[in-house]
Amino acid sequence: MIRMLIPLLVFGALVGLLIAGLKTGDERKLVQSPLIGKPVPEFELPGLHDPDVLRSRDDLLGRPFILNVWGSWCWACRAEHPFVERLGREAGIALVGFNWKDERSDALEWIDRFGDAWDFHLVDYEGRVAIDLGVYGAPETFLVDHRGIIRHKHIGPIDATVFDDLMRRILQLEAEAGT
Amino acid sequence: MTTNLQQAARPLAWLLILLLSGSVLGSAIEPYDFESELQEKRFQALAEELRCTVCQNQSLADSDAPLARDLRQELFRMLQDGRSDLEIRQFMVDRYGEFVLYRPPVAGHTLLLWGGPLALLLIGLIAAVIVIRKRRQAL
Repeated sequence: MIRMLIPLLVFGALVGLLIAGLKTGDERKLVQSPLIGKPVPEFELPGLHDPDVLRSRDDLLGRPFILNVWGSWCWACRAEHPFVERLGREAGIALVGFNWKDERSDALEWIDRFGDAWDFHLVDYEGRVAIDLGVYGAPETFLVDHRGIIRHKHIGPIDATVFDDLMRRILQLEAEAGT
Repeated sequence: MTTNLQQAARPLAWLLILLLSGSVLGSAIEPYDFESELQEKRFQALAEELRCTVCQNQSLADSDAPLARDLRQELFRMLQDGRSDLEIRQFMVDRYGEFVLYRPPVAGHTLLLWGGPLALLLIGLIAAVIVIRKRRQAL
């Protein structure tokens, strides 16, 4: 009698495994960045409003900052924009836009329409620096500490929950920076 | 009757031809100026075993996503620079993690992945042997 139950148990275990798989499906799609805990890669990128100004990694060091990857083509960036604006107002640290694989005119038009929430932008239209950053979609949001180490990366749009989580982490980075 | 059938089959045959040619034309690879046939082969091989992170479950070779195009460009540049396959794979892993490798390395944390199928096969074989023996005894 017990032996008859074995296939049923195996079947039950398999169903359990598949249900667990369904639930964590979205999580598994996110690629954990191997760059967390590593320094921001070297770069030199022009600005969006100021294309003549080149900013490098060293220009950003000393204070923690938020690096927010966006593009005018990116639908989810519109969805997260209210929270990006809140970050700009409430975070208390620099909010850097990383305008990725876009076109200047489109990006400027987008900003005219939805508002410029960022302190300044880095423009990467070839996507070379984005590869070094391990960017694979927009929006993505990186938190970088005052020593230039990538401490956190959020993939996908920021919502209320993510915003709270980011703010908590930002406070910690500020505390570490001693400001 | 046969002619009717043939007539009916003709559009289907055309559809098939169209679909097949489409898949050839739709190949995502841009024309690159390879230095040698070997370099081209290495490019193809690497592009096929690296995963496109945006459109997961497609390889870099299959994907038409802008990021996949950038990564192929980068791949080509590194081949031109004379970097080894190992270095190129490491470059991708450093940025996107082991997830980009369609062939993950054999290591402690991938033991189940690589050894799992073999273990299941062994369990199945052992179970089969036991069942067959028992049935023979019963006869």
